[in-house]
Amino acid sequence: MKIHEYQAKALLARYHLPVPRGEVAATAAEAEAAARKLGGSVVVKAQIHAGGRGKGGGVKVVQDAAEARAVAEKMLGMTLVTHQTGPEGRIVRRLLIEETLPIAHEFYLGIVLDRGTGKNVFMASADGGVDIEKVAAETPERILKETLEPGVGLLPFQARKLAFGIGIPSEAVNAAAAAMMALAKANDALDASLLEINPFILTQDHRVYALDAKINLDDNALFRHQDLLELRDLNEEDPLEVEASKFGLNYIKLDGTVACMVNGAGLAMATMDIIKYAGGSPANFLDVGGGASADQIQNAFRILLSDFCVKAIFINIFGGILRCDTLAIGVVAAARELNVTHPIMVRMEGTNVELGRQILKDSGLNFTVASGMLDGAQAVVRLAQ
Amino acid sequence: MSVLVNRNTRLLVQGFTGREGTFHSSQAIAYGTNVVGGVTPGRGGERHLDRPVFNTVADGVKATGANVSVIFVPPPFAADAIMEAADAGIELIVCITEGIPVRDMIGAWEYLKAHPKTRLIGPNCPGIITPGECKIGIMPGHIHLPGHVGVVSRSGTLTYEAVGQLTGLGIGQSTCIGIGGDPIIGTTHIDAIQLFNDDPDTHAIVMIGEIGGDNEEQAAAYIKQHVNKPVVGFIAGQTAPPGRRMGHAGAIISGGSGRAEDKMAAMADAGIVVCPTPADIGAKVKSVLK
Repeated sequence: MKIHEYQAKALLARYHLPVPRGEVAATAAEAEAAARKLGGSVVVKAQIHAGGRGKGGGVKVVQDAAEARAVAEKMLGMTLVTHQTGPEGRIVRRLLIEETLPIAHEFYLGIVLDRGTGKNVFMASADGGVDIEKVAAETPERILKETLEPGVGLLPFQARKLAFGIGIPSEAVNAAAAAMMALAKANDALDASLLEINPFILTQDHRVYALDAKINLDDNALFRHQDLLELRDLNEEDPLEVEASKFGLNYIKLDGTVACMVNGAGLAMATMDIIKYAGGSPANFLDVGGGASADQIQNAFRILLSDFCVKAIFINIFGGILRCDTLAIGVVAAARELNVTHPIMVRMEGTNVELGRQILKDSGLNFTVASGMLDGAQAVVRLAQ
Repeated sequence: MSVLVNRNTRLLVQGFTGREGTFHSSQAIAYGTNVVGGVTPGRGGERHLDRPVFNTVADGVKATGANVSVIFVPPPFAADAIMEAADAGIELIVCITEGIPVRDMIGAWEYLKAHPKTRLIGPNCPGIITPGECKIGIMPGHIHLPGHVGVVSRSGTLTYEAVGQLTGLGIGQSTCIGIGGDPIIGTTHIDAIQLFNDDPDTHAIVMIGEIGGDNEEQAAAYIKQHVNKPVVGFIAGQTAPPGRRMGHAGAIISGGSGRAEDKMAAMADAGIVVCPTPADIGAKVKSVLK
């Protein structure tokens, strides 16, 4: 689960990470009031779940409260397009109004899982404020790393090594090391799957601050963080994906014309791939799970058909525990109930497959039964043209 | 011959009396797996599916001599179940549970390092099967055929797909291992390939990967150096958008790494026959076996 910058900063402040003074605003009047309270020059930051906001016009420094209001009026409700939002962009609904700070240098701090060792790694770099993936690709030696031993966290000596290593001056090393240790603690306590501070700044008077903050939470651990569930912002998610998640369906919207309904994540990905291989483009990723009940199939159909780009549907099921005849009955019932008019290509394999195919054929609905996965993909791509 | 499990395997089921545990244990018993008992805390002393129920894994091991366990415990308790099995001296733990928090797995993985005799398969996997001898997990037994092709995969249904094609062509399998779709997994592609390489009865290997991590690249490097048996491979997720988790927690392209094209290139470079679509897996295996 992704959360907003203002939410991440509020969480991190609980662990004593220094963050700039700031307030969140949903209206221009609130922005003006916040700016007045903070006093002097402030920065107005659009709150969306995507990076690259500055380049897209979503971060502006203003001189006083009146200007903050004027900028907020323009920013609220605008569609912000960044390299992470895709061309459709995101509507700005909230702003973070923050004090400005005299920046001397911008650093990068981050914590990610190293899948090879099964441990988290704390990363720090003197090259903050830029795309860290670019640094990793071009000058990987400029990213310093310390392994977080399970149950131990970031030790003081590791934090000092990182702080000195990225060039924090002696006067500020203790503060920087304390901030890094706070981050490691927060990462663990919040069950974060990704935590990034970019930039982490040093001020001209040797203070350190998290000027930006990105936290992704481990969805699998949310059961023990009921308080964090409230931070979910459904406006930032695709409405169809939100709808699908209510029924335990794993759905990701893509921009093609062939809708896919598949059981199992690996086969679902492979089905998207084979549609592309056959010259078409997949409209979605959809894993109906291993058990796929009739109810789930109906909901899956409804969600697939709400995507207006969809021209044809490809159902690709390997029936193991889920028997093909059970599946076929569910598919026929859903197609009838929802009055589906799109052409549907069904490719089934596995337990009771003959019976399943017969049920589809006898239904009188617009089903085509494919003999193989590739044949099915090629045929459905033709139907979608 | 086979790897890891066979007709001498003595299986203990953790989460035995729950819905999933009950269903898949009865399927395993029907297949012929030697299920010696199960564990459900608080229900020790009862009988379930005509087998004894124990309160702890240690009790179960002591009473039955179980050497393998399978876990059907819900996600909040699954990492604990893994560690309990390791503590009780179980040699092979197969964790089916999907949705274990990463922080819990970091702890369990660290714990397992102190128990080097224990191997973990999964979590978030379909399990392991030696056709005709021993089925542990949630895969449909009847699609398998005893034979000489080792199959290792991060995905469930995609493995069934490959196995279904092989069996359809009359090509049997020595052992099929579903290693799981999570970011932290016990047995990796390399581990499984090493086992198949050392098994004289495995004549060819099918390796099915997906986007995320660099497990497949590492396995490819290992294969290039050490494996002379033919290997057929497939990678799912060639059309997956970066930054999105494709169902499996571990299936994500992040920071420019974990892409399908890089994995496929590394595999081709290692001499692996890489299938462009999963529809070709069976036919490609047939061609390399000739």
